[in-house]
Amino acid sequence: MSDENGFILKMEGISKAFPGVQALENVDFTLKRGEIHCLVGENGAGKSTLIKVLTGVDRPDAGKILLDGVEIKTHSPQHAQTLGISTVYQEINLCPNLSVAENILIGRETLKYGRIDWKTMNAQAAEILKRLLDLDIDVTKLLGTYTVAIQQMVAIARALDITSAKILILDEPTSSLDANETQQLFKVMRKLREDGVGIIFITHFIGQVYEISDRITVLRNGKLVGTFETATIPRVELIAKMIGRVLAELDEMSSIKLESSKHIVAEALVKARGLGRRGAIKPFDLELHAGEVVGLAGLLGSGRTETASVLFGADKPDTGTLDFDGKPVSDHSPLGAIKRGIALCPEDRKDAGIVDELTVRENIVLAVQANKGWFGHISTQEQYAIADKYIEMLNIATPSADQPVKNLSGGNQQKVILARWLATNPQVLILDEPTRGIDVGTKAEIQKLVLELAEKGMACLFISSELDEVLRTSHRIAVLREREKVAEFSGEVEEQTIMHTIAGSES
Amino acid sequence: MKPPQKKTFTWRAITESRIFLPVVLLLLVLLFDFLFIPGFFNIENRDGDLYGSLIDILRNGSAVSLLAIGMTLVIATGGIDLSVGAVMAIAASVAGILMNPSALRNEVFFVTDPMYTFAPLWIVIGAALLAGILCGLWNGMLVAFMKIQPMVATLVLLTAGRGIAQLITNGLRVQITYRPFALIGQGWFILPFSLYIVVFMLIVTTLLTRKTALGMFIESVGINVRSSYFSGIKEKYVRLIVYVFCGFCAAIAGLVACSNVRTSDANNIGLLFELDAILAVVIGGTSMNGGRFNLVASIVGALVMQAVTQSMYAIGVPAFALQAIKAVVVIIVILLFSEQVRGFFRSFGAQKKEVKS
Repeated sequence: MSDENGFILKMEGISKAFPGVQALENVDFTLKRGEIHCLVGENGAGKSTLIKVLTGVDRPDAGKILLDGVEIKTHSPQHAQTLGISTVYQEINLCPNLSVAENILIGRETLKYGRIDWKTMNAQAAEILKRLLDLDIDVTKLLGTYTVAIQQMVAIARALDITSAKILILDEPTSSLDANETQQLFKVMRKLREDGVGIIFITHFIGQVYEISDRITVLRNGKLVGTFETATIPRVELIAKMIGRVLAELDEMSSIKLESSKHIVAEALVKARGLGRRGAIKPFDLELHAGEVVGLAGLLGSGRTETASVLFGADKPDTGTLDFDGKPVSDHSPLGAIKRGIALCPEDRKDAGIVDELTVRENIVLAVQANKGWFGHISTQEQYAIADKYIEMLNIATPSADQPVKNLSGGNQQKVILARWLATNPQVLILDEPTRGIDVGTKAEIQKLVLELAEKGMACLFISSELDEVLRTSHRIAVLREREKVAEFSGEVEEQTIMHTIAGSES
Repeated sequence: MKPPQKKTFTWRAITESRIFLPVVLLLLVLLFDFLFIPGFFNIENRDGDLYGSLIDILRNGSAVSLLAIGMTLVIATGGIDLSVGAVMAIAASVAGILMNPSALRNEVFFVTDPMYTFAPLWIVIGAALLAGILCGLWNGMLVAFMKIQPMVATLVLLTAGRGIAQLITNGLRVQITYRPFALIGQGWFILPFSLYIVVFMLIVTTLLTRKTALGMFIESVGINVRSSYFSGIKEKYVRLIVYVFCGFCAAIAGLVACSNVRTSDANNIGLLFELDAILAVVIGGTSMNGGRFNLVASIVGALVMQAVTQSMYAIGVPAFALQAIKAVVVIIVILLFSEQVRGFFRSFGAQKKEVKS
């Protein structure tokens, strides 16, 4: 049915405006049968809007969508699904408290004598997973007991099985997966490609783009920059097209790092000795010095977040001692940490970071205000002053300080949280995955900022899943494996060495 | 440094404002009264004091208004307090027994002296308020420190509270004859005295929440507990204090109610008032999930409920049919708050803008 070039989807001249923003302007997009097509761009480039137009969440103001050469008008995600367009979102919308089989077949259970025939249903679910994804798991277990990667695959299986999908949209599926899990997902994607499914893959990880995709479409500020064959466009050029400027900043960063390493104070500001918490992180020693960036490397679940949490005081340690500025710490609580001058940008931005309905201004002053207490009320005038200062300093893109923070893009929300903590004037800044799910340009900005803050005398702990990012920003790197600190490197380290340490194989 | 943004009074800003819908609703009810009930807007001047249907709405709505103030803060933290009606009864019982302890001797003693009271007025009022605060403390402990779901935690006092109130008054209805106390619910000072209490509490609470950081903490906890905790807010104490405050407001409401009927009746004072209070807060636009709140809007919400009741009585709807009519009002309110209807208002505003340009 598709035309001679094998296109199953053609979107032509799509435009969409929201109040105050032209989200898409005359964008063309094509997808071939049996192709993995990456959609890349900075936050706010229009990727999500394009997907929403395709899946019927939003109506385009102009343009047309051709599926197999026939013009379609999707009016809801359900409708899109019946046409063969399935979507798996970043946040998995399945029920973790039901079994895998129930999740796959919910609403379509096989009945026997008016009751659910569990045996057939479980067999059916197992068969679907095996056939579609080549995945062999116990389908009677609760979905929530599996890793995020498996959950994501169950979501894909469900999406594919409901209708024989021609088009599968994966919206940042890898942002919460570790390297192994990502490979698992890629295996599935390659299998689907062989089966002739057209896959639209949205990601922020450039490495993954090159690993898996056949073609790349770049959007910037709602406009189409171009569609490229992956094999023909070099990385640097792709990044330059995404952010519209040259990455001279990266060179700039290594010089800042070199410069700032001269200012590291010998005396430890934070000193953990045998600090640990049962079930979270085995006892570890760690020192943070003023003027230094310490990187924490390790896989997801290796205890990175737990380490940060214990150092900050959000979780109480049950063994060991923690000294701050030479004095032992007794008050293990976020408020205690703020009073000492320790700040933590938590990993889970939505859940533990932003307060989404409050304004940018309120989000920024929150920690300062908590420190001052109920009656140390910061006047509105001062609140605006603080907010405006950091909006300008961190270059937060918001129409005004009165904007609810939920209206901002992910990268800007992250900057708001960063602003909240910088406003407390911390001596120690712990950043847990500060660059997750945000665009390349903002990532570079945040990395640079961390180095600049260290240069000004702050002690920073930088946690990230992306090893090259840890290497680029840190003066010293601690490696975690299976909830235990296993090594510490300072000075120039090879990426390979750290990878071997993370993997647990002696190099 | 930019100056603080000025508020702009565009159509959109007005319709998006939290106070818009409750005020529109109140005006609609009053418009109905204006068209169908002759003399509804008449206000009579008796020796300098004002009387009339409008005044009655304000006066009869004062107990629910007081409850709504406390309830707004509780709901803003994402909680709920089902026990306020029962707490009213407890406070009323405490006050009643302190003025007329004859019930404890198991005898009904008819006091004829209008100035007779067992305990002085300040002890009567103080003890009743203290009882309310203790009830709030109990609720708050269960919710904030025992991590019991607010609905379940406050259900305990909802069921047990009236029993406690009965115990205090020995199961009897206590007559209140002490005249200075009767002033609270029945006094008139140009306007009904209870109205001044409401306004006073409204101002105090507004200052307490908006001139300190408490308001922001309450909203922050209601929207995202974890983020609030990580930001150093002592979320447990924020929760505790809103329940304590809600109990305090309920006690005041209880004093107003028993003073109004001159009887401390543990079985009937504040009966089902918790529902009206919650409804008032919902009409006032505070989400039951917690978050942004507006005290004035909640009070307007309470007045909407009272105005509907008053109007129905005025056109002769029997008391038993009243609940059904209230239900209709609730349905309309909930529909008005849905995203769909809000979107309609928004698109209406957008169209107007297009016409201009």
